[in-house]
Amino acid sequence: MSSPTPLVELRNVSKVYPATVKGAPDVTAIDDVSLTVDAGDVYGIIGYSGAGKSTLVRLVNVLERSTAGQILINGHDVAGLPERELRPVRLGIGMIFQQFNLLNSRTVARNVAYPLEVAGRDKSARAARVAEMLDFVGLADKAGAYPDQLSGGQKQRVGIARALATSPALLLADEATSALDPETTHEVLELLGRVNREFGVTIIVITHEMDVIQTLATKVAVMDQGRVIERGDVFDVFSNPVQAASARFVSTVVKGVPSAPELAVLRARHTGRIVTLAFRDDTVDQTRVFGEFSRDGVAFQVVYGGINEIQGRPFGHLTLALTGEDATIDAALDRVRAVTTVTEVR
Amino acid sequence: MFDSLIDLLPEFWKAAFETLYIVGLTLFFGGFGGLIVGLGLYLTRAGSILANRGVFGVLNVLVNTIRPIPFIIFLAAVQPLTRAVVGTGIGNNAMIFTIALAAMFAMARIVEQNLLTVTPGVIEAARSVGAGPVRIIFTVLLPEALGPLILGFTFIFVALVDMSAVAGYVGGGGLGAFALLYGWRQFDPVVTWAAVVLIIVFVQLVQFLGNWLARKALRR
Repeated sequence: MSSPTPLVELRNVSKVYPATVKGAPDVTAIDDVSLTVDAGDVYGIIGYSGAGKSTLVRLVNVLERSTAGQILINGHDVAGLPERELRPVRLGIGMIFQQFNLLNSRTVARNVAYPLEVAGRDKSARAARVAEMLDFVGLADKAGAYPDQLSGGQKQRVGIARALATSPALLLADEATSALDPETTHEVLELLGRVNREFGVTIIVITHEMDVIQTLATKVAVMDQGRVIERGDVFDVFSNPVQAASARFVSTVVKGVPSAPELAVLRARHTGRIVTLAFRDDTVDQTRVFGEFSRDGVAFQVVYGGINEIQGRPFGHLTLALTGEDATIDAALDRVRAVTTVTEVR
Repeated sequence: MFDSLIDLLPEFWKAAFETLYIVGLTLFFGGFGGLIVGLGLYLTRAGSILANRGVFGVLNVLVNTIRPIPFIIFLAAVQPLTRAVVGTGIGNNAMIFTIALAAMFAMARIVEQNLLTVTPGVIEAARSVGAGPVRIIFTVLLPEALGPLILGFTFIFVALVDMSAVAGYVGGGGLGAFALLYGWRQFDPVVTWAAVVLIIVFVQLVQFLGNWLARKALRR
């Protein structure tokens, strides 16, 4: 079976900036990254600032030039295209920004019309499309306003309307909610979700906020020092992060395994044995796990952790303090080990 | 006390008109040239959309070399060039060429600085929808920097009035020549001050106009 051509495919892409000072080493912003984004995906790329995510997303629409590797959009390598030939490529890729980047000298409507002007649409076609897009983002009444009269959330919605005006198949969102408060962030993420579902637009989301990934993305890649260190379905990465950096990101939205200082506090407060159990929806039955303890009369108390849900699938870690006979506890733990991962902290 | 001034009124108005003529044309040519050179500086600097070290270096050195030369020395120094271009090294038209040339480089720096106030992200947004350099200049850079640019042109207007006053030295007219010839040399401060007052009025009017236009452009 041949799979359809991915919408975006990066093959061994690198971006090296020559040293600014003579004698200093070159700076590798992107280090041999390969990534496949299929049509319809909401692909999250997460990493700390300086990890190279913003550079990576700019390689996709060639705002920045890669220094090695291939960048395939619908199977066509765009990495080496001259600036002039990038125009049609960019018309098929919308982009929104952390600072919105609206033209302050233009009204909301004329901002949304801008890509249509570049695309050479005539005036009536532009007006119709602008009205349609402003309606979609819920800003039809702000058509004549200027960007400096809008709130941050409204500005980003204009940004989204502008990015989608030419009906691109792909939307790049570069920290699109990082300048917004939590409530507005939620609204914008909701809107981006609709963009994906209603228009079928594939979205690449760059963020350092794990809850953005949790709300919006279906797949995620974790970046660190210019490399993709972990990738996969959001549920898999969230429920079972392999790399330390990924685990740190996951821990920002869901309390997982207690850290060393947190453990010390737990130790001081609880006399029993402390174990951490991993839960994943289809594989672990909570009722059964707790049943194993109570069956043998092992007293347990949940002292740390949390259960979270992604795309309707629960997952998480619970840390328990167990009290009872050592042998009984061991026997119960052995049975629990058969269904889930148990980590005992001594 | 005002007798001599009243006698000189025809000359006075003629001089005022000449000042406006010189300043108006130099503002046009110098401003236009300044816009081009300023855009050149902005567009070719490292990291900009037409980054080009060589071109930027040449423009930068040129601007830095010409800008600090005191105007009256510049006037003498470029006279051979003026003669070659205008056909004469003296008179109003020679003056206009020289002032426009000097103003062009002064204006270039101001234009460059004003363009630098445009957020790079906005240019990136324009690039991301496929806009090329020419479109970016006319639809992003100039409109976004319009307010500061108007203030920059207003600022340079004052410098132009200043430079135009030196025209008297090379057989040109204008209020500078008038004040020099009929005021200073005739020991008639009233005549000198009449020129001063009119220049202040010009400058105030233009400053007011510039502020008003800039406010309109910035919608504040």
